[in-house]
Amino acid sequence: MVVRDVDALRRLAVELRVHVVRMMGANKKHHFGGSMSAADIVTALYFYRMRYDPEDPEWPDRDRFIMSKGHCVPAQYAALAMLGVLPVEELPQLKEMGSRLQGHPAAHLVPGLEGCTGSLGQGLSFANGMALAARIQGRDYDVYCLIGDGEIQEGQIWEAAMTSSKRCLGNLTAIIDRNGLKAMDAPSCAKAMDPLIDRWMAFGWSVCEVDGHEMADICEALDWAEENEKAPSMIVAHTVKGKGIPFIEGRPEFHNAALTEEQLEEALGGLEEQLEEWEEGK
Amino acid sequence: MTELTETRYAYGEALLEAGKVYPEVAVLDADLYSSTRTILFRDAFPERFIDVGIAEADMVSTAAGMAASGLIPYANSFAIFLTAHCYDQIRIQIAYPDLHVILAGSSAGLTQGPDGASHQSLEDVALMRELPHMRVLVPTDSVETRAMTIAAARDIDGPVYIRLGRYPVPDVLDDDYNFELGRGTILRQGEEVALVACGHMVNVALEAARLLANRHISTAVINMSTIKPVDKGMIEWAMGNIPLVVTIEEHSIIGGLGSAVAEVMAEDGCGARLIRLGTRDVFGESGTADELLEKHGLTPSAVAKRVGKEFGR
Repeated sequence: MVVRDVDALRRLAVELRVHVVRMMGANKKHHFGGSMSAADIVTALYFYRMRYDPEDPEWPDRDRFIMSKGHCVPAQYAALAMLGVLPVEELPQLKEMGSRLQGHPAAHLVPGLEGCTGSLGQGLSFANGMALAARIQGRDYDVYCLIGDGEIQEGQIWEAAMTSSKRCLGNLTAIIDRNGLKAMDAPSCAKAMDPLIDRWMAFGWSVCEVDGHEMADICEALDWAEENEKAPSMIVAHTVKGKGIPFIEGRPEFHNAALTEEQLEEALGGLEEQLEEWEEGK
Repeated sequence: MTELTETRYAYGEALLEAGKVYPEVAVLDADLYSSTRTILFRDAFPERFIDVGIAEADMVSTAAGMAASGLIPYANSFAIFLTAHCYDQIRIQIAYPDLHVILAGSSAGLTQGPDGASHQSLEDVALMRELPHMRVLVPTDSVETRAMTIAAARDIDGPVYIRLGRYPVPDVLDDDYNFELGRGTILRQGEEVALVACGHMVNVALEAARLLANRHISTAVINMSTIKPVDKGMIEWAMGNIPLVVTIEEHSIIGGLGSAVAEVMAEDGCGARLIRLGTRDVFGESGTADELLEKHGLTPSAVAKRVGKEFGR
């Protein structure tokens, strides 16, 4: 599905956030913060950039998206449900006993998921494997990998980064969801994180920065990455953890937390208000 | 003079064959292409060969991505780095989704020799056996290595671990040997003791059986080259017909072949006695392969002596 209208994409991103909040519900611990910060990026990938047929999620020539920060898979479940790959009614079964919507991606259970993640740091290598497979098999699909900014503290990310550039994987785009918070605090509290852009450039990647909540800019960055054939592309997306639920924005305690019934209502109310404003604006 | 070969070399040679037959086969290496002879595959199919450098975890995850996209990747490194260093990657990205990735761990066991404990893998079979979906294969010679390497692409759809060695061993199997997953093979019939071995220890078991025959102890030898799924029927047959079962492995007695056999015997509640030979909850050390086998009682004469003691002969 390709949506060109930026306003329509912005609206879809709000819808995606509503699905995420609804599926998480109240009184259960969930990774709200990361799914919300990634919502605009995931929307742009599935509804704007990726060559993807929801009727045939196994299509060998589809573009592939791997959620390396696996705890944010609810954002991907939401997108897949909006596309019709998963039934929307199934979403509230997230993390329930017997559900295929596991807390972290189980690719063998859910159509539309490309690989298993959950142990941080492994997704970029996996994306390299898919990008290399395209080359070996003469296919022209692109591979997209979403990484957390805390996740790049894992050494394997940098092992993978060196493989991507050595193999000139122009069909690979990685996106860092730079929401500035990991589970406890800022990534920079534990390790030196800057200069982030220079590091990726020094590793042989083409790099651009973008406001990860500005839909037009995200789309433009994805177009730039798609056209870049010579090297792997890195989009560093500056985001806000918990974006879309004002009272959790930028608060690490909502990395993995439960909302009360009142908080859930407030969160959904705010998002639904945004949707109504769109309707009125039309 | 019998020709001796190392199973790691047989693996590299078989990969070349697999590559010719199956266009989906790709090979990943972590700076060891000479040690495992994957260089043969590299030279024949450079577009399907990826050396990731000294980055085993990256290699394993990359292999998973390739398998998810329709290729049949073989990834190899030293057994201990492949299984211990990459355990998390193998567990989540390969075993959990049941991806068809073939992992080949070379220079396994005490016979790795001089490099010492860091390089001597005495735990790899235990680590791999624990993982759901994983098949664990320990070929005894070059014939079986070739058969398993090809069968892993042709007959199996899911994760496979093949344990390889760098110890020169004679071929104990005939050229027409037909490998079947989960099937042990009786190499020698006997009635008083059954030596159940895998890998390099199969030849040791055959030699030990010859020495035991001199002492009039009738000894059967079983090549149990699939550790998982283990040949339960074969173990039940052995313990039902032979009063003493002895497992021999170049691996810790915790978690490997000895454990797999013990589990079957214990659950069956049979009366047969079991002795497990292998390393006994210790790390390795530098030394020659033969010195190390000697120290851990894994030579033909040491095995014969240990078994003979049970018979007072």
